[in-house]
Amino acid sequence: MIITTENLTKKFGQFTAVDQISFSVAEGEIFGFLGANGAGKTTAMRMLSGLLAPTSGRAKVVGFDVATQPEDIKRSIGYMSQRFSLYEDLTVLENIRLFGSIYGLKKVELSQKATALLEQLQFTEQRNTLVGALPLGWKQKLSFSVAMMHEPRLVFLDEPTGGVDPITRRQFWELIYAAAGRGATVFVTTHYMDEAEYCDRVSIMVDGRIAALDTPAALKVQFEARDMDEVFCASPPLLKSVPHEDFSRIPAKRILARHTRPT
Amino acid sequence: MKIFLAFLQKEFWHVIRDRRSLVVLIGMPILMMLLYGFALSNEVKNSRIAILDLSKDDITRELTQRLDASRYFSVTEYIQSPTQADQLFRQGKVRAVVIFQENFQRNLLQANATAVQIIADAADTNTGSTVAFYAASVIRSYQNELQELQKLPYRIHVESQMVYNPQQESAPNFVPGVMVLILILLCSMLTAVAIVREKESGTMELILVSPARPWVMVVAKAIPFLLVGMLNVGVILMMAYTVLGLPMRGSLVLLLAECGLFVLLALSLGLLISTRTDSQQTALFISLVGLMLPSLVFSGFMFPLENMPKPLQIISNIVPTKYFFSILKSVMIKGLGFSYVWKETLVMAGMTLVLLTLAVRSFKIRLA
Repeated sequence: MIITTENLTKKFGQFTAVDQISFSVAEGEIFGFLGANGAGKTTAMRMLSGLLAPTSGRAKVVGFDVATQPEDIKRSIGYMSQRFSLYEDLTVLENIRLFGSIYGLKKVELSQKATALLEQLQFTEQRNTLVGALPLGWKQKLSFSVAMMHEPRLVFLDEPTGGVDPITRRQFWELIYAAAGRGATVFVTTHYMDEAEYCDRVSIMVDGRIAALDTPAALKVQFEARDMDEVFCASPPLLKSVPHEDFSRIPAKRILARHTRPT
Repeated sequence: MKIFLAFLQKEFWHVIRDRRSLVVLIGMPILMMLLYGFALSNEVKNSRIAILDLSKDDITRELTQRLDASRYFSVTEYIQSPTQADQLFRQGKVRAVVIFQENFQRNLLQANATAVQIIADAADTNTGSTVAFYAASVIRSYQNELQELQKLPYRIHVESQMVYNPQQESAPNFVPGVMVLILILLCSMLTAVAIVREKESGTMELILVSPARPWVMVVAKAIPFLLVGMLNVGVILMMAYTVLGLPMRGSLVLLLAECGLFVLLALSLGLLISTRTDSQQTALFISLVGLMLPSLVFSGFMFPLENMPKPLQIISNIVPTKYFFSILKSVMIKGLGFSYVWKETLVMAGMTLVLLTLAVRSFKIRLA
């Protein structure tokens, strides 16, 4: 297991952002982390990557404890945040070099990696373009490749495809599959349900807790849903949003029929 | 070390690519020097004056010539009667009128006494008295020359002297002032804003989640600003020396060392601000209200501290620029050595230590 958590909890004052979550992720898995905005996905991910100290509970990531050994974790993981966060006023190549150096890549190794990365993304011509001038989809692909440059065993992707067009999203997932094919574990949060289908296993977070966790196929059976969209909407947030009616025993399909969503 | 160099390179790129800020960084001190040096000065240069010469002899002609030749005045009008003087003042054509009485030379040589009247336009109080003071001193210096030629007995000779800045020029005051403002602006405000910018854009998150230590980035961030700051000190000193003709009296080494200490102090302040704020606007606001204003008001640069009410004087003791401004004046203008400024230096060093400790303590390795 590359990630194991046990009652992992994070409180901000009175507010419990992550409430005693326990799960594990196997090496090489593509693990989807779903949930509505504010469900606690980003907080959980930040704890696992050593950015936030947990309030209580335990978690081990790549063999290290998140509470006591965050620096060891940081060395072995890749991370791509929700917001695009390479330096916009540096060129593509300068960003690659900077982050390569930060992760301790040797000079020769770094230039080989940079060339390979530019070729893989077909960015060779744009290598001296300021990153700020690239379209969002390109930025996200670059951001991912930079996060994978030091060949981490585990990579955290926080809504990597938000606001990106479908074709680029598809290309992005090809990158993720390629990385997984090389043996990396991918931990990804997303709002796109078609992307959830691409994951080996999916967990759905609701109000800081894990409401469901299984393979996409098993979840569809469990919630009597045709696709992940229905699974997501049938999980507790929708039920909670209409508190005056008791939907708990009604199958997901019929709830969805009542609350017609724009398609 | 390699990581540090990579960061350093990145910070230089940031500074160099931000053309607009760079122009401001380099241009501002030059602009401030020119503004204070030539436009906003309260000294009097080439003030227009009128001469009413009722005697028209050798000495009055000589005096008129001297007034015109001095860099404070230019004689633009020659009038015939006091009523004309009134008219000139009303039209704002002259700042002062110098009136030589009739038989000026004869009275001086025979009766040993003669009179000259200086009428200054005091609608602008400061300029009025300065003009009168300058005109009187031009005439007095001529009188002194005459006295040397013929010894006159029993004369009470009053001599007031302005030390360090005899011409009461504004340069000795504003050059240190500009240096204080530039350094506090560059080293605290820009450093604070630059660090907070990384928080805002999310790049700080990426650095925090990397194995790099954040303080490495912070140090790397400070260095370009430090260099630009010291470069500006150099430019200001050069301009003061060449364009404004301000003599460099004290030790240059001591001066630069004190500047270095102040830069460290300002950087610690900037770092402290950056650890307490999450948006560039807040950082900018805190720097402006918390640093720029007190620096202007309490450093003694614009308003003399002695004239302030007691509570404000007490507050001024915690404003670091007050000490730096005093050190600059002592070393640059008065040419004093370290033995005269060690107290201020000690206060600044102490402040730096406290601020740096506070800043490092509240600098978060983790996000929250």
